[in-house]
Amino acid sequence: MEILVCVKRVPDTAENEIEVAGDGSDIERDDLVYSVNEWDNYAVEEAIQIVDKVGGSVTVISVGDEEAEEVVRREMAMGANHGILLSDDAFEGSDGKGIATLLKAAVDKGNYDLILTGALADDGAGQIGGMLAAMLDVPYASVVNSIETLDDKKLKVGREIEGGNQEMSEIDLPCVLSIQTGINEPRYVGIRGIRKVASVEIPVWGAADLGLAADSMGAAGARVKRLDYFLPELGEGAEILEGSMEEVAEKLIDLLKAKGGIK
Amino acid sequence: MEPALISPASATIFGIPANIIYILIPLIGIGTFAYIIFRRLTPLLKAAPDDRFNRIPERIRSVLKIWLGQWRHPRYMLPGVVHIFLFAGFLIVGARSTQLMFIGFVDGFQLPGFSGSFGAFYNVLKDYATTWILIAVAIAAVRRAIFKPARYAVPPQYGKDHTWEALLVLGLIAALVISESLFEASLVAAQTHKGLHAEYTAPVTLVWFFKHLLSGSSLAALQGVHSVSYFIHEITFFFFLCFLPMGKHFHVIISIFNVFFMRLDRGNVKPVRYGIDDDKLDDLESFGVKVFEDFTWKHMLDFYTCVDCGRCSDHCPANAAGRPLSPRFISIKGRDYAFKHYPWIGSNGGPSKPLIGDIYSEDEIWSCTTCGACEQECPVTIEYIDKMVDLRRGMVDEGLVPQSLQKPLSALEKRGNPWGKMEKKRADWTKDLAEETPVKILEKGKTAATLYFVDSISSFDDRMQAIARATARILNAAGIDFGILGKAEKDSGHEVRRFGEEMLFQDLKDQNTDAILNSGVENIVTADPHAYNALNKDYSGLPPVEHISQTIVRNVKAGKIRLKPVADTGKTYVYHDPCYLGRHNSLYDDPRAAVDTIPGLNRVEMAGNCRDRSFCCGGGGLMLFYEPEEEQRMGVIRVEMAKKAGADVIVTACPFCLVNIEDAIKVAGLEGEMEAIDLCELIEQHLIIED
Repeated sequence: MEILVCVKRVPDTAENEIEVAGDGSDIERDDLVYSVNEWDNYAVEEAIQIVDKVGGSVTVISVGDEEAEEVVRREMAMGANHGILLSDDAFEGSDGKGIATLLKAAVDKGNYDLILTGALADDGAGQIGGMLAAMLDVPYASVVNSIETLDDKKLKVGREIEGGNQEMSEIDLPCVLSIQTGINEPRYVGIRGIRKVASVEIPVWGAADLGLAADSMGAAGARVKRLDYFLPELGEGAEILEGSMEEVAEKLIDLLKAKGGIK
Repeated sequence: MEPALISPASATIFGIPANIIYILIPLIGIGTFAYIIFRRLTPLLKAAPDDRFNRIPERIRSVLKIWLGQWRHPRYMLPGVVHIFLFAGFLIVGARSTQLMFIGFVDGFQLPGFSGSFGAFYNVLKDYATTWILIAVAIAAVRRAIFKPARYAVPPQYGKDHTWEALLVLGLIAALVISESLFEASLVAAQTHKGLHAEYTAPVTLVWFFKHLLSGSSLAALQGVHSVSYFIHEITFFFFLCFLPMGKHFHVIISIFNVFFMRLDRGNVKPVRYGIDDDKLDDLESFGVKVFEDFTWKHMLDFYTCVDCGRCSDHCPANAAGRPLSPRFISIKGRDYAFKHYPWIGSNGGPSKPLIGDIYSEDEIWSCTTCGACEQECPVTIEYIDKMVDLRRGMVDEGLVPQSLQKPLSALEKRGNPWGKMEKKRADWTKDLAEETPVKILEKGKTAATLYFVDSISSFDDRMQAIARATARILNAAGIDFGILGKAEKDSGHEVRRFGEEMLFQDLKDQNTDAILNSGVENIVTADPHAYNALNKDYSGLPPVEHISQTIVRNVKAGKIRLKPVADTGKTYVYHDPCYLGRHNSLYDDPRAAVDTIPGLNRVEMAGNCRDRSFCCGGGGLMLFYEPEEEQRMGVIRVEMAKKAGADVIVTACPFCLVNIEDAIKVAGLEGEMEAIDLCELIEQHLIIED
């Protein structure tokens, strides 16, 4: 099975202190450390495990600047067979649809049975997987937490839904799946593993390689524009209603009536 | 003069001259034994290299103290003393066994030098030795069969009980000494019967009892006893010889070698591969131990030497906590693997399979805190820590790292500390001190004589920052010119290395070494025993490193630090030896002396569980992040020991010990009854500060 996994280089949100830049254009990035998006990492591990079972190869692809290459390389150190970097100044400022367009163009240059993305990224909107599937006109399942290959035409996928329930579906190949964390236990990639792939060739494809019109990518083609970044003003805090359930319900009804929530 | 009885060399067995049989038995026995040893050596010839032929005078001293002197045996007094008698008896009786072998085909054989008065003295010694051997065997058999000490038990996941092996060998030894004594006693009884000169039998010995027992027997009966007991002795002796390499009694022959080749230093970790320098590590195809043949020959020798005594597991804190680790079975399973894949008869096993998932499990290997209690106890100097580190190196190389450890490792790589906190905040703990005790940060050209190496936990953890502040105040009070590296300091990497991530450790080591050497300091002090051990044992080329307890003791003696009498006279204090100050660095007395510098402080010891028998708090560094399967926390076991000793304050000298013990006090429900305090906090609270 030929699997393509889309990965993104994101700032580490756990311990980084995220501060908004003075002019509201972006967050401060000087002190940040970056790594591969956690959901994407689970997706790569899943792809490697599938290929270990049924054969084939795993290709990792990322849209970013030249620093994004370190993330592609790390996933190759983990066990992905090939890596591709989509990088070009013209890609700067792309919105979600723009990124999906770039990825679709790359998908068209290959022949993939299965495309995986992470369910979302720390700094994203969880939209790439779905958009990509729509553009490719292939079936799509999101927040997948289990994958079973039924044969070379179909997969059985599991999704966690409300109430902690599990929804099982059959999905035809080729398809796009967005992967939820916890689907597996990703293997460790150490410094040694990364050094081993340090000199592996990772092709970089730009706008010309993808053959796309200038207005479909970058800031020029973006239909969503970021206007401002700011921290919301802190209010005084929530008012906590105390008392028994009946008392709290009474108070709540009064408040809603008073503030216009109920007529 | 005619001998009283027909000697073995002159006898016939079913018409065949016995001396032929008694040449054949040793030839076959020794030949088989030699072949078995040759087969046993096979895996060692395929093993990884080891560096054990250095420092010969030290090695000889170790053999004299630990092997000949049985130094570690009395740590378990009764079985230890029993073994010492057994061992001494074997050494003494060795000459007699040799003589007996030759008697089978050389009539009246005596070893060179044993004919005259020395021979007579030896005979008396030998008579007592065989007697005390039998008594020791009897005591051992009763212990094994009836009292069944817990440490010999085999938990079900490790297979069947081993008592049969112990009793079989005890039976063989008993057979040897009994047959030898009967052989001699029957001759003496016959000599007496015939009025000939009877050889001397020492009073109240086995042979003496047998002589009296046999005094009324007929000559025919005595001849029977004499001939049969000799035959039994020879068959048993050579059977025993060939049985030794089949199980735990291999130690009888090879423990002397295992002790000679023992690990001479403590606290350090073996290189990834002997003969490969740090800068050539990238060229290695594979790191660590993945298959059996990746072990060094000394580690394989360790497996063979294991006596199955269980002293290691008896003191293993992971084992006590119910983690899936029993050091004894690391050795026994390794030994049984070697026996199975490299048998003494039949062909060697096929291609090697990974050990993890076969004889060892991942959790088993990650459970170890590297405390060193096992290595401290082992009477035949088996090493465990290096094996754990090597197995972990193998797992890291294969990506088999528990999820709970992947995050801190990644954080260490990116931020130089396991919490992933920002480097620029590493010196934030100094802010609270800014007014009375400004702490110099050695950057932008600032220097100092002494570097206070803080390490990650004391820099970033809210509770442990108190240790850093206390240490700074102590250094200040002593008038020491010191500074810290601030954001240039990275985690010492001590656990990173011991958890198998060697390349990340090398990275941290290089960064720290550069920062330290660039700072121009003349000496280093630290309050973190893991940092202390790392800087001393894992790093090289650094200025001398000292632990804060040593600094305190020296400065109190010199009058530079003066202390008030203890604030709370009602409390009883107990000092808990951290693994990386105590066992790994033999720093037992300085921390105690430091605590005792406070006038009027009442300190007790956790008898039987202090100094080199201290019980690990649960582990430091990356171990704080690992989620083990266990029945109880090690810290809780330790706190209960402190309670039993009558203490209400536990003094620790390690931030990790403090974390684990403070947590354990809560988990054990002893809040309010028991508290924990760091040595530096304790001293700092009692400092007399001149204004």
